[in-house]
Amino acid sequence: MSRARRIMVLRYLGVAAALLFFLFPIYWLIIISFKTPEEIFAFPPTWWPERLQFGNYRVLFKDGDAWTVWNSLVVASVSTVAAMLLGSMAAYSIARFRTGGDKFAMWIISNRMIPPIAIVFPVFLLYVTLGWVDTFSGLIVLYTAFNLPYVIWMMRGYIQDVPIELEEAALIDGASRWQVFSRIVLPVVRGGMFATAVFTFVFAWNDFIFALVLTRNAVTTFPVQVTHYFGGQSNFWAKIAAMSTLGTVPVFVAVAALQRFLVRGISMGAVKA
Amino acid sequence: MNRSLPDVEPLAAMRASRKARAGLGDRGFRYFMLWPAVLVILLVGLFPIIYTLLVSFQNINMFEEDTSFQGLSNYARLFADRRFFESVGHTLLFMAVALPVELLLGLLLALLLLERLPGKQIFVALLVLPVVISPIVAGATWRLMFDNRFGPVNQIISWFAGEPVTILWVVDPDFVYAAILIAEIWQWTPFMFLLLLAGLTAVDRSLVEAAQIDGAGWFTIVTRVLLPSIKPVLAVALLIRALDLFRLFDVVWALTKGGPGTMTETLSIYAYIQGFRQFETSYTAAMAFVVILFLSLLVMLALRRVEITR
Repeated sequence: MSRARRIMVLRYLGVAAALLFFLFPIYWLIIISFKTPEEIFAFPPTWWPERLQFGNYRVLFKDGDAWTVWNSLVVASVSTVAAMLLGSMAAYSIARFRTGGDKFAMWIISNRMIPPIAIVFPVFLLYVTLGWVDTFSGLIVLYTAFNLPYVIWMMRGYIQDVPIELEEAALIDGASRWQVFSRIVLPVVRGGMFATAVFTFVFAWNDFIFALVLTRNAVTTFPVQVTHYFGGQSNFWAKIAAMSTLGTVPVFVAVAALQRFLVRGISMGAVKA
Repeated sequence: MNRSLPDVEPLAAMRASRKARAGLGDRGFRYFMLWPAVLVILLVGLFPIIYTLLVSFQNINMFEEDTSFQGLSNYARLFADRRFFESVGHTLLFMAVALPVELLLGLLLALLLLERLPGKQIFVALLVLPVVISPIVAGATWRLMFDNRFGPVNQIISWFAGEPVTILWVVDPDFVYAAILIAEIWQWTPFMFLLLLAGLTAVDRSLVEAAQIDGAGWFTIVTRVLLPSIKPVLAVALLIRALDLFRLFDVVWALTKGGPGTMTETLSIYAYIQGFRQFETSYTAAMAFVVILFLSLLVMLALRRVEITR
């Protein structure tokens, strides 16, 4: 075997080991959600169940627990739309007019770096006063606020990449500033906008700590629901697995569709790819 | 830096008519675009700082609502609180292990997949899946994996050991840190991998070829050519991960809730327990304020050095 070939084989072995480590837990989670109780509590554990069934999911829908996925969907979508709208506007102002200068832009992004627990504590006290605890509006406003710095930061990057000549031409043709923004700039950056929106959505979708503190029963989101199945003595394994799968698969699909924006999105634009 | 739109010239002639139509001057327009977002951001950016500062000088807890000025008593209590410093210590310990391991494994993976390899795109797409899972679900998943009886981890160890092994992963003090770290590293190594791969892919090929012609080996090329070229990417990746680890909550919550006892309590978990289980409102406010202050300073220094701005 030639040297190049040996290296190739070694690389495949390394990749195979990595795939095994990173994918096996996901497989395990999903497969448990389809197992019968007997097979979940079989010893030794069975890696490939004899019979797959949807009973664990049926229970979630029958008991109404699956509604928490709907809650997550509502909260994440509405806050994403709000953050994208306000954030893109602010980003345009900062990118094109340099409103507030570089220090201001820094302040904006630094808001994203405060630990959620330090934010959620005072916000909880405020919401108690306002009667916003356990409401859709309360959670939506907080997610919007927490995501805005990210949206502004990302959209600022995308808008800066738009050739300024396009906007100058439109201005000369008599377009208003708002028309330039909504009819010229936004359509050009729609790819980046879409990607930013998905990351904003995924953040709100995956968040646990804000939802844990700010919800009780009415707007419980799916990650909080998952932790309800942890018992002191015993865990409701089938429900944990089914609920987790229900909340995870949509994200996989969304991210798979977005491969080409993935790096820029999770590195906050620091790495362009 | 980018160019700005011309404010006056050369479009001065067009301005009057445009202004009339839009109903907004350029000055008005830029603030009209900005202020709604800024107002909302103040909810997370300014309000918590002021409010926690205020409450931290009072004495509000489960039993009393004493809003009189208490001076620095809550801060004095915080700096005498052993459990607080222990939680900071646990947080730093998780960071000290997870950060270098994730970096190293991520780098290794990135190097494996840097050169052309049939199937590469699919491998990358599959490897990054853990990153987008909700951290609480990641924790739950590893709880299933680590179960002493029905989980596959002990089963696999038993095969190698040749005898039944029943490690109580999330209860046994000797293993609980390992359990949390494995879950944490599992979820976030792909993040490092993805960023480093993007950084390495952007490195100029001619640099590597020049080094090869000079007879440099693989290891030398990595340490002398590739790594120095991706320094900015490394810095950003480490900064983002360090900040995330500083707020570590979900995975630990799903696996141990800070237990056994307070052994794995992180700063965020301790603050949560004080604020929402013990209802030590003013005391938690003091803690939150110290954390915000400390982190703001750190982030300011880091941002100045890293220069995330393009």
